[in-house]
Amino acid sequence: MGKNVSQTLPQPLLDVRGVTLHYKTRDHLVTATYRVDFSIQRSDRFILLGPSGCGKSTLLKAVGGYMAPVEGEIRLKGERITRPGPDRMMVFQEFDQLLPWKTVRQNVAFALETSGKLRGKAADEKAMHYIEKVHLTRAADSFPHTLSGGMKQRVAIARGMAMEPDILLMDEPFAALDALTRQRMQDELLMLWEETKFTVLFVTHSIAEAVKIGNRILLLSPHPGQVKAEMNSAPIGAEPAEVAALETRIHDMLFSDKVEEDDHV
Amino acid sequence: MSDAALRPEVYRDTKASQDFGVVEKELTLFEKLFNQAWLRKCVLLVLIAVVWEVYGRHLDNPLLVPTFSDTVTALVAAIKSGVLIDRAWTSVKVLMIGFSVGVFLAAVLTILAITTQLGTDFLETVTAMFSPLPAIALLPLALIWFGLGIGSLIFVMVHSVLWPLALNTHAGFRAVSPTLRMVGRNYGLSGLGLVLKILIPAAFPSILAGLKIGWAFAWRTLIAAELVFGVASGKGGLGWYIFESKNQLDIPEVFAGLLTIIMIGLLVENVIFRTIENKTVRRWGMQT
Repeated sequence: MGKNVSQTLPQPLLDVRGVTLHYKTRDHLVTATYRVDFSIQRSDRFILLGPSGCGKSTLLKAVGGYMAPVEGEIRLKGERITRPGPDRMMVFQEFDQLLPWKTVRQNVAFALETSGKLRGKAADEKAMHYIEKVHLTRAADSFPHTLSGGMKQRVAIARGMAMEPDILLMDEPFAALDALTRQRMQDELLMLWEETKFTVLFVTHSIAEAVKIGNRILLLSPHPGQVKAEMNSAPIGAEPAEVAALETRIHDMLFSDKVEEDDHV
Repeated sequence: MSDAALRPEVYRDTKASQDFGVVEKELTLFEKLFNQAWLRKCVLLVLIAVVWEVYGRHLDNPLLVPTFSDTVTALVAAIKSGVLIDRAWTSVKVLMIGFSVGVFLAAVLTILAITTQLGTDFLETVTAMFSPLPAIALLPLALIWFGLGIGSLIFVMVHSVLWPLALNTHAGFRAVSPTLRMVGRNYGLSGLGLVLKILIPAAFPSILAGLKIGWAFAWRTLIAAELVFGVASGKGGLGWYIFESKNQLDIPEVFAGLLTIIMIGLLVENVIFRTIENKTVRRWGMQT
């Protein structure tokens, strides 16, 4: 595993080496991932893709610093990750990730101030800059409970980007949205990436989303999650035929164990 | 089944709303007035006052039930002479001291409880032990420990504020969503910073509910305790005023004292706590 990573590449931004993760339920110790390796370069749109139960969200939490691997290590810019920090901003799936007692603008500015990046007017200006980027200027002084699900996720993305983290961690941020909104959000995310070329680690269970958003896709198998493949995705704006072929290939790889006789073109 | 499939399809052109105007009908004056909650309640209050007055006159025994008008006269006289205000202020002052001490102790206890496992166990054990204990039952003991004075009053009030508030706050902290906690830690917050900047605001609806219960308990306890001994540094509070008036058979004054207790209770509940609610949890959409 991970042998296909060429030695000539520069030092990766994020390096995950042989990471095994456990989590506890009430009466079991569950292995979420087993000896997973991958590394992310600057400006990657790196996707963790797999069926539910492959430990992709757990892996993201470990990169976020919320849990420690029992084996292996995760390094960000060569430094071992031991705790959560503002250099790895998370965007969660849940709509309740915004602080309900703060307006949109305050939510973004509060992140900047609390983490000690900026304060006062500078924080407010940077917050407004990124709120503008996600087209929420008019809702800047609204409280989160008055926003739609899509708008809340936009605020969370604006907050994540305003912190200008080394890497943005996104845990199925669009999974709870309706199909139309989800598509628009994916397009917007790609447009934002074109502008600022931020690095993002994106977890999803949707093959279509992975192919659309990512430039590199890590395929994980379920129970426990192990690396099945690490592949390049279709470039942004690729031909639909190319995209469809890639989706079919990934689909076949993910489900090869179960449905080998399933023949679709 | 085939019949269902044979139904014709329907296509229609819809009109723009300006073609037919918005359809609405104005409510009658009575309906509009009836929709005002405060007006309905005021009418009810007037009704109660009338029933009281009629019953009082019918009974014609001011030692048992004075009429509403006699009570109001006594109330106005007591307010004018400054006695009632003075007594009420004495009670409220003691209440504020006891309430603040209770809130402070509850804060210490719950912060210990959410930061350490032993703190949780401690809080759960002591609240389970002490919260069923009526504060008044502790009064005899308090009198022995602190003597006849503010000390005893504060002791029983702290007892009545502390446990419900601590219990509510702790439950509120535990109900804060894991996502919000993770967001806070993502900002680099931990320990006391996380508690102050994330957990307390996130649990504010529960904390506010605890404060309301604590206030109601404390107010009742204080009046009851004052009725039992009342004299604090030479001046009694509202409870003592009622007790004294009863001893002198000034029953309208007793009723005036009771009315004052009700009014202060309503004022705190409907003005102070309602304002806090409107400015915080309702505005944030955390409570409807």
